[in-house]
Amino acid sequence: MAEFARAESAGGRAFGRLIVYGLLVLVAIYYLMPLFVMLTTSVKSLEEIRAGNLVALPTSITFDAWSKAWGTACTGADCSGLKGNFWASMSFVLPAVVISTLIGAFNGYVLTLWRFKGSDILFTTMLVGCFIPFQVVLLPMAQTLGWLGLANTTPGLVFVHVVYGLAFTTLFFRNFYVSVPEEMVKAARIDGAGFFTIFWRIILPLSPPIIVVCVIWQFTQIWNDFLFGVVFSGGERQPITVALNNLVNTSTGVKEYNVDMAAAIIAALPTLFVYVVAGKYFVRGLTAGSVKG
Amino acid sequence: MDTAVDVPRRSALDALEAALPKIVLGPSLLVSLIFVYGFIAWTAVLSFTKSRMLPNYEFVGLYQYVTLFENERWWVALKNLCVFGGLFIFSCLAVGLILAILLDQKIRAEGWLRSIYLYPMALSFIVTGTAWKWILNPGLGVERVVQQLGFPGFTFDWLVNPQMSIYAVVIAGAWQSSGFVMALFLAGLRGIDDSIIKAAQVDGASMPRIYWSIIIPSLRPVFFSAVMILAHIAIKSFDLVMALTGGGPGFSSDVPATFMYAFGFTRNQVGLGAASAMMMLATVVAVIVPLMYSEVRRHRRG
Repeated sequence: MAEFARAESAGGRAFGRLIVYGLLVLVAIYYLMPLFVMLTTSVKSLEEIRAGNLVALPTSITFDAWSKAWGTACTGADCSGLKGNFWASMSFVLPAVVISTLIGAFNGYVLTLWRFKGSDILFTTMLVGCFIPFQVVLLPMAQTLGWLGLANTTPGLVFVHVVYGLAFTTLFFRNFYVSVPEEMVKAARIDGAGFFTIFWRIILPLSPPIIVVCVIWQFTQIWNDFLFGVVFSGGERQPITVALNNLVNTSTGVKEYNVDMAAAIIAALPTLFVYVVAGKYFVRGLTAGSVKG
Repeated sequence: MDTAVDVPRRSALDALEAALPKIVLGPSLLVSLIFVYGFIAWTAVLSFTKSRMLPNYEFVGLYQYVTLFENERWWVALKNLCVFGGLFIFSCLAVGLILAILLDQKIRAEGWLRSIYLYPMALSFIVTGTAWKWILNPGLGVERVVQQLGFPGFTFDWLVNPQMSIYAVVIAGAWQSSGFVMALFLAGLRGIDDSIIKAAQVDGASMPRIYWSIIIPSLRPVFFSAVMILAHIAIKSFDLVMALTGGGPGFSSDVPATFMYAFGFTRNQVGLGAASAMMMLATVVAVIVPLMYSEVRRHRRG
């Protein structure tokens, strides 16, 4: 597209480019700085942290803070590190992602290729779930989970995340399937194929791109969630975000900044990994999920 | 071809087949009706009751709302939401737009830079808050770095300064979300028709002028979605405040979301918590509905 520096003179142009690159690199350093600080702090000893400088490289590297954050750090009353919470998070995030994606796929399929009278209104009705601040459902949900015997349990968290993720997953698949030509489905129906056969044989093979986007989006959202975690879970089964917050904000004992930083990186690793491996889809999900909403 | 026996069975199956789409969509719709609409109504009911530790369905009219707006802490939360929301949205838009325009100058290594600007979006606000809490640590953080650079009198104590704590939240929030706004603007810039710009260049318009009068106005839909998403993040912001300041010092950096959590869950004032949640919903509606309405009207006219 258009360029700032038009070729008035070669020197002026080169100077303009230099400024553009300089600015971009400066901003990049600013964005990377917190990650750099987290990493270096996590491998420094406490003495070095107290005596040294936030942005200085470590003089000697130690992984004590990492093993403490993983295995023995105290989050509130419990002193077994973040490992239990890490696996607790995995144990509700994975089912919640799979279930909400699956249901979203079927909803999107119905809302585009099996439309019936009033289905568009139903879609709009469901879409409202993307916009509400979740605070407005917390109190009733806390009571309902109690009644269902799901309070402070893994299935309870799966349930909550599926229920409030459905609007997003439905939106993803609906917006994707809208571009599938209806003739394809009509032809298959004339040939005698039914609802599930068409989904399985025709629609699903078209879907990998949107499935990847949806899974990444849901995984990031649910792994990073704090609100539902802090309200609907307790004790050792708390999600890692809640445990991290407890660890960092305990006021007892010596403040171990290196352990805090190691714990923060551990909590961030799964989503960072997804970002590094599938960044393209991650960005696509962000823009698709929010722009069209 | 059909035999007499087959007909009724076939038609029952056909009816089932015809109803399948509705059967598949049904549960999700039911879930949405109960857990979104029903629960909003339930929260509304709670907000008109005397509920404290447990729900109590003795109606007291607008008592909770009156109490809410007589509560100094709620006013602090509202003021903070305005300060945080305003600065957060403005800085994300400004940084995002500038970065997108710079990145759109046929930059080598654009992919790398884009990935760097965007990775904070993969982090949870709790991680972001933890990192910035350490960076902004008065004593060991940025303050000391600048002091060691030769400015011994430098102080940077926003995290523990009740006057400034909410601005610390803005710094961390903008760091996390501005790259995302950049991605939105960049996609918008790539979608602009080159021929308009070429025509303007032929007419002798300068590049800044072209940006200001042609390119930026044509990004209007992107501004619309960016503001909507950012406003939404700002109103819901809970994790970041909890991790960075916990609402403190005192309740100086409280926002409505932390207020709702404190009263609804830790201070056993369910009625008041419900009333504050309803006010949050009202804020979202007040921001999003006019924005969407104006955008839809523009679409219809254009």
